[in-house]
Amino acid sequence: MRVALFVTCVNDALFPATGIATVTLLERLGVTVDFPAAQTCCGQPQFNSGYRRAAEGLVRHTARAFAAYEYVVTPSGSCAAMVREQYPRLGETSLPKRTYELTEFLVDVLHITDVGAYFPHTVTYHPSCHGLRTLGLGDRPRRLLHAVKGLELRELPGADECCGFGGTFAVKNADVSVAMGQDKVRSAVSTRADVLCAADNSCLTHLGGLIRRQQEPLRPLHIAEILSATEQHPYLPAELTR
Amino acid sequence: MSDTFLGMPAFPQAARVALHNTTLRANLRHATHTIRAKRAQAVAELSDWEQLRDAGRQIKDHTLRHLDRYLIQLEQAVTESGGTVHWAVDADDANRIVADLVKATGESEVVKVKSMATQEIGLNEALAAEGITAYETDLAELIVQLGDDRPSHILVPAIHRNRAEIRAIFTSEMAAWGRAAPDGLTDSPGDLAEAARLHLREKFLRARVAISGANFMVAETGTLVVVESEGNGRMCLTLPRTLISVVGVEKVVPTWRDLEVFLQTLPRLSTAERMNPYTSMWTGTVDGDGPQDFHLVLLDNGRTDVLADAVGRQALRCIRCSACLNVCPVYERAGGHAYGSVYPGPIGAILTPQLRGTTSAIDASLPFASSLCGACYEVCPVAIDIPEVLVHLRERVVDQSGAGHRTESIAMAAVSWALRHPSVLATAERLATTTRALHPRRPPGVRAWTAGRELPELPAQSFRDWWKENHR
Ligand code: SF4
Repeated sequence: MRVALFVTCVNDALFPATGIATVTLLERLGVTVDFPAAQTCCGQPQFNSGYRRAAEGLVRHTARAFAAYEYVVTPSGSCAAMVREQYPRLGETSLPKRTYELTEFLVDVLHITDVGAYFPHTVTYHPSCHGLRTLGLGDRPRRLLHAVKGLELRELPGADECCGFGGTFAVKNADVSVAMGQDKVRSAVSTRADVLCAADNSCLTHLGGLIRRQQEPLRPLHIAEILSATEQHPYLPAELTR
Repeated sequence: MSDTFLGMPAFPQAARVALHNTTLRANLRHATHTIRAKRAQAVAELSDWEQLRDAGRQIKDHTLRHLDRYLIQLEQAVTESGGTVHWAVDADDANRIVADLVKATGESEVVKVKSMATQEIGLNEALAAEGITAYETDLAELIVQLGDDRPSHILVPAIHRNRAEIRAIFTSEMAAWGRAAPDGLTDSPGDLAEAARLHLREKFLRARVAISGANFMVAETGTLVVVESEGNGRMCLTLPRTLISVVGVEKVVPTWRDLEVFLQTLPRLSTAERMNPYTSMWTGTVDGDGPQDFHLVLLDNGRTDVLADAVGRQALRCIRCSACLNVCPVYERAGGHAYGSVYPGPIGAILTPQLRGTTSAIDASLPFASSLCGACYEVCPVAIDIPEVLVHLRERVVDQSGAGHRTESIAMAAVSWALRHPSVLATAERLATTTRALHPRRPPGVRAWTAGRELPELPAQSFRDWWKENHR
């Protein structure tokens, strides 16, 4: 099977390790991965900020970049939600049907929940809002994590509450955003897990920024990086420290 | 990020003040989390919740599509059953109609049933200017009125107060409004309720005029419906001689049968009860029973403008259950007052800018007072897609923006252009990563971010470049 990786602009520029992990994971599962170099941003920041025309340009651009692919896989719940929910309203109806968030692709298309990963750490999972409510990912990410050898999953209290990132909300309403994030970090710390995992690096940029500012003993980590780790090629914190 | 960014001014500043009030934050957190859990339980009991939600949405959409027809039908039915219907185009109009009606009775006091519409038009203040005192009889409204405060929640206007604060307000303020609080009043819920009961009983027995709103109006029969928990509404709706109801035009439903849906969803979503304690329904007047003089003031006050907006009009489906407030993480932290309107929380953020327009700083900032997490849409019993309307209103604010907002528009256009040209993006990324050692820790443009958070560290190489090196 051949898929196009839609790495997303945030991962491309700030979290290449997530993109690399996604490629590693998919290839290990026998999938051929392409990276159409024309891809950039799905247009969500523009759309959500009220710049509809700017967003429409990026919608057309993104649709063209992935026109040749039957499966487009992205390690971001919120970008997948943008394509799936908003693209039809912005005039693009084909790409939404071919776009899958990573955990959705693994569970629904490949029908795999045990990806053969190894990660000997305690993990708590934050289900980002767009994955949870817009895409309806349900327990897919947690099922995948549950099957990881050595991983102990700790339930996150108040898991379904927003972390407070919200794109430009994080700067336009910085005080409320930070207050929400602090509560989320507090609840993650209360699980005493080593790792705070999510399927969206935008939430983790915000939460990671708080964790580092407050010097909490918690490592924010994208689910792809956990699922890509194996006993032969374990996750090496030093290598990917951010 | 400069201060000219859209949505920066009013809400964020008001929210900052609220965030620093630790008592308020604790009160709100406790109250919203308690209601949230109970509501989830009450809804989980319904096997047909999704169908009820869909039916509620459809009934409201149908009614709004034929609003003209149903309002005329309602007027006819109310008139035939002995009531008088008045049409108020805006707040001033409605206030004048009500003040004239009260003056015609020769009374200078009225009792009030909790009503959002009369809050919206500032009726109490307008009546006061005419020498008429309006007494709020809902417990929470009473707390707000005695405390010379503003409501901060649709259903629980005093949600920002805890028991100790309420005790203090009762003790110091009740005497000036009527019967004083009992000596040695404690802050136990039972004691506080009893103090309110004694204080209000006098008012019910004396009042000759009552003012209410309504949760629903049935077009086919001309029946008005008030749904409440305390019984104060029942007192006001039955004891006085004259009853004046001020109701937004969107509260009409076509048939009696339609109430079947809303009387199931409203109590569960608002107070997490299977059924609310008091549902009062009245149709015009009946000789020798209840008010002998009934006036219905139908209020537009911007609603027909909202109706004209194909995306925004869904806000008119709202049945004011307040479930969206209770699940909203922003409301929980910012509190109701930060929204600068009697309609706070997610529904306020989409309703206020539509009713009042987006010209003032606060109204233009409301569509941005959301992380778009979607929790409100998920719980709404009439399926109002609040995030969709928020984004729609952001477009309106951006489109109307003047010189002050140009910085953001230009930046957005530049970024969007670069994003349509991947080679430009790759160069920019490379430039950023190779110069990353030179970046200041706190560039002035990202102050809002770094006030509470660290910036992400730039990686040595973008994914794009890694792919080029390793996968071709
Ligand atoms: S918008 Fe929906 S959830 Fe919010 S108060 Fe109105 S009906 Fe209730």
